[in-house]
Amino acid sequence: MNQSPWDLLLSSLWPLLRGAIQGTIPLALSSFALGLALALGIALMRLSKRKLVSGIARVYISIVRGTPLLVQLFVIFYGLPSIGVLIDPWPSAIVAFSVNVGGYAAEVIRAAILSVPQGQWEAAFMIGMSHRRALSRIILPQAARVSVPPLSNTFISLVKDTSLASLILVTELFREAQQVAAFSQEFMLLYLEAALVYWVICLVLSTGQSLLEKRLDRYVAR
Amino acid sequence: MSPADVSGNAGAASALLTVRGLKKSFGTNQVLNSIDLTVDRGRVLVLIGSSGSGKTTILRCLNGLEQADGGTVDVAGEVQLDFATSPSNKERAALRDRSAMVFQHYNLFPHMTVLENVLEGPVIVQRRSRTEATDEALALLDRVGLSDKKDAYPFELSGGQQQRVGIVRALALRPQLLLFDEPTSSLDPELVGDVLRLITELAQEGWSMVIVTHELEFAREVAHEIAFVDGGRIVERGHPSQLLRDPQQERTRQFLHRLLFPF
Repeated sequence: MNQSPWDLLLSSLWPLLRGAIQGTIPLALSSFALGLALALGIALMRLSKRKLVSGIARVYISIVRGTPLLVQLFVIFYGLPSIGVLIDPWPSAIVAFSVNVGGYAAEVIRAAILSVPQGQWEAAFMIGMSHRRALSRIILPQAARVSVPPLSNTFISLVKDTSLASLILVTELFREAQQVAAFSQEFMLLYLEAALVYWVICLVLSTGQSLLEKRLDRYVAR
Repeated sequence: MSPADVSGNAGAASALLTVRGLKKSFGTNQVLNSIDLTVDRGRVLVLIGSSGSGKTTILRCLNGLEQADGGTVDVAGEVQLDFATSPSNKERAALRDRSAMVFQHYNLFPHMTVLENVLEGPVIVQRRSRTEATDEALALLDRVGLSDKKDAYPFELSGGQQQRVGIVRALALRPQLLLFDEPTSSLDPELVGDVLRLITELAQEGWSMVIVTHELEFAREVAHEIAFVDGGRIVERGHPSQLLRDPQQERTRQFLHRLLFPF
């Protein structure tokens, strides 16, 4: 235990990065992809004219937004086994995070779809498109542009929220930091280092967001 | 492409569109109250009337953007719909495919270039060959003077240019009937002329049209028949010179007077 802080910082960098590469990043990416697909479905249900369908979506969104993510995670991992459903840490985390993203992103996508003028639907129908095709070729590409900033927020929040998965034994960035910290007793150093790695990941994501916005803005008057 | 290519005997005065007893309500508000109309092949019907009179709703029912509650529509004896028996989606699509609409606010797809806007219908929806449809689209853009704008996005165009693209997009669908919903109402005054001239040329080429407009001079020039719509009914119809100069109904007289002498 006579490592200098500097040496400890360097020697712990690899475990933390490994946690990010093998845990945090794939967990965030897969949960976000699944969550977005779920969110699109929920948003379309929420926009349905059928009261029952939109009601189900409304209740779903309300539950997801009205309960803490940590509680959702614990219900799935520690709660479900008591009724005979045993799920491993990784799938538990992916399910919890996807369900969560599904609820938040659904509202973003719904608002984005509604922001596309009605005349766009009408022009799509006029040229003979079905509802489904109008949605996929005319409405969603336009909705995508307005939803990039809020969805980027959702994604960046998700990256940080994956640290909660350490509490259900998923080996990711923060759990690696905890383990090194417990071993070396250098809590301040290790947790600040973990914070730094999260921050760098989010900086990269913010840059990606700007690039994506620029690309999607090419057909908009400036 | 001229309409003769798609509709056959453009010269003969046979009925292309026959509407009988068309009805439409929004809630308790009856917007269309038994509308009857006929448009012969190669003819132009202009609908005039104050806003809220129902003239736009007539066009929207013909293009399937609104579903009528009652009445029948017949296109060329080939598509017949009775709205009293709530037609299937397939029947409504068949009706919609006979016509193409030009919108007041153009409604071009902002995320597509001019050429992509025009090709979306023929290539993606109608599944025609891309090369053939592109040749046709470029020829149409050329005729409205916009071939050099084919790769521009709508926001880069003036209102008049956007509306000409809107017209080309409609023509590229090869419809039997063109519907114009106040095509110049959102244009700057100095850009109105180009668009009206283009529509007049298309009419002279034999396209069948129903046009909703407030431009009386244009109506006089382009229409074979003018119908005055008020309160969801066709109050009066007739030859342009007769109806505009010597309307028979008091309501028509009032409307024309207000349009000609706004203050």
